[in-house]
Amino acid sequence: MNDELQNISNSTFTGLSEQERNAIDHEVSLVPYPKAACIEAMKIVQKSRGWISDDALLAIAEYLNMSTAELDSVATFYNLIFRKPVGRHIILLCDSITCWVMGYKIIYQELYKQLNIQFGETTADKKFTLLPNACLGCCDHAPAILIDNDLYQDVKTEDISIILKNYN
Amino acid sequence: MERPLTRNIHPNRPPLTAKEYEMAGGYMAVKQALLKMTPSEVVELIKESNLKGRGGAGFNTGMKWSFVPMGETAPTTKYIVANADEMEPGTFKDRLLLEGNPHQLIEGMIVAAYAIQATQGYVFLRFAYKEAAIRITKAIIEAYAEGYLGDHILGTGFSLHLHLHTGVGRYMCGEETALLNALEGKRATPRAKPPFPQVSGLFGKPTIVNNVETLCNIPHIINNGADWFKSLSYSEDGGTKLYGVSGNVKTPGCWELPMGVSMRELIEEHAGGMKDGYKFRGVLPGGASTDFLIEQHLDIKMDFKSVSMAGSRLGTGTMIVLDDKTCPVGFVHNLEQFFARESCGWCTPCREGLPWVEKILWSIEQGKGASNDIELLFEHARLLGPGNTFCALAPGAVEPLQSALKYFREDFEQHIHQRKCPYD
Repeated sequence: MNDELQNISNSTFTGLSEQERNAIDHEVSLVPYPKAACIEAMKIVQKSRGWISDDALLAIAEYLNMSTAELDSVATFYNLIFRKPVGRHIILLCDSITCWVMGYKIIYQELYKQLNIQFGETTADKKFTLLPNACLGCCDHAPAILIDNDLYQDVKTEDISIILKNYN
Repeated sequence: MERPLTRNIHPNRPPLTAKEYEMAGGYMAVKQALLKMTPSEVVELIKESNLKGRGGAGFNTGMKWSFVPMGETAPTTKYIVANADEMEPGTFKDRLLLEGNPHQLIEGMIVAAYAIQATQGYVFLRFAYKEAAIRITKAIIEAYAEGYLGDHILGTGFSLHLHLHTGVGRYMCGEETALLNALEGKRATPRAKPPFPQVSGLFGKPTIVNNVETLCNIPHIINNGADWFKSLSYSEDGGTKLYGVSGNVKTPGCWELPMGVSMRELIEEHAGGMKDGYKFRGVLPGGASTDFLIEQHLDIKMDFKSVSMAGSRLGTGTMIVLDDKTCPVGFVHNLEQFFARESCGWCTPCREGLPWVEKILWSIEQGKGASNDIELLFEHARLLGPGNTFCALAPGAVEPLQSALKYFREDFEQHIHQRKCPYD
């Protein structure tokens, strides 16, 4: 999802798409009452729009017959529901104990050097957002990075530029 | 040496399909349980095997199941949930089972569901396990096609529908009752107990939540019996265990070994000992939320009782090694930063105490520690300990802290007196 599309969805939000509504309907059919599907609903909308804008939040809450405050309390609890715009690719750098011992900080410095962003920031070209992440579950191959769906293990500083080239 | 859990897991090869799994003896336990055993016979067998929960708490699995209301007066929808939210820092064992042999987990879930007569099941998988999600999805579809999931399994009156739920982050989701809240579309905060989930769990219905490794043991116990399971172990806890070692060791990894193998064998033999130039200083034996053990403990057995008697917990059985070139204060700071970040905010001691602990440790690490900081940290270890919070996050968080203060106190004092980190 690029910046342009995100701006469109933000400024001219015209409600949930038919595709989104169908996918949410399916999730609602699996649970005893609609709002139990609210996390799934936000996952669906985030997948198509990149993040959950205020308008999108309002639309989902209305669709599931719950208050926006309640939905926002759920949205802001989970670190992978994004309530702010993010880049096209999410870099999750493990900063938990084994990666700390094995030197995630050097990887972080290298990412900062190449992308000029710190944790929580997005590159000016909206390509990457960099976030810290709890243990990625591959401590025997630390340090580790997850970019979108791709896991990189035993990462060395010299690998970073090659890894980043995989993303447009 | 028998390795039932990993026998059919071959690194760098895709997991077995349903048909291949069947040819390797898979789904035999479903047939045995559903066609030849009553639910209570299954529960009794698991109880007798002395299988203890592999998620960290170590509670007898059969006993846990036996608390579910049964019979005609029991609520009609019951749930079985696989806790695949592996997020304990330093833990990487369930990933192996999830990616390596998803049908083994599904088979364990079917038998567990039958034992408690659950008709709906969830695999609660953490978001980061992308490959596992793909493989479990495929395996569930295959299991439906082969008639092991769905209505009237194997022509019996028993039905089970299984769903994969992928999370959206937060360590808290691994806590049993918080996980249920997450599945209900709520904030993942813990629930007051009682009522226990076995009686009132997901959507208020009887629910069993078991760790992935626990469930993967079930088919083997059904097929081979309780005595066989107990004979796999070096200790009174039955079975094998997936153990892991990470940190500055020569060959970090995860291995299935008899329950009760010694810590020394794990570190020196399987993990190849310390890397050249590094010396062993201590270890968190079972993940981030367990007390440090040191050199004098190396010969203890890695089972629930022995590790507990040494002053720590077996936890997940995946250990993180502290070496002599790594600062213990920085090490503990990293752990407390994690716990402070992941606290759900439900209980005041945890929400307020953990960030405070993290800040004290950071100031010590930065050479800005005060002389009474060590006492202040001890005080926090007491106030955040068992009994003051709804769940085990805060008590778990202070385990490595209190034991670091005990075993590495001179390091804390050095930081404060020298006004800098001696390891920098």
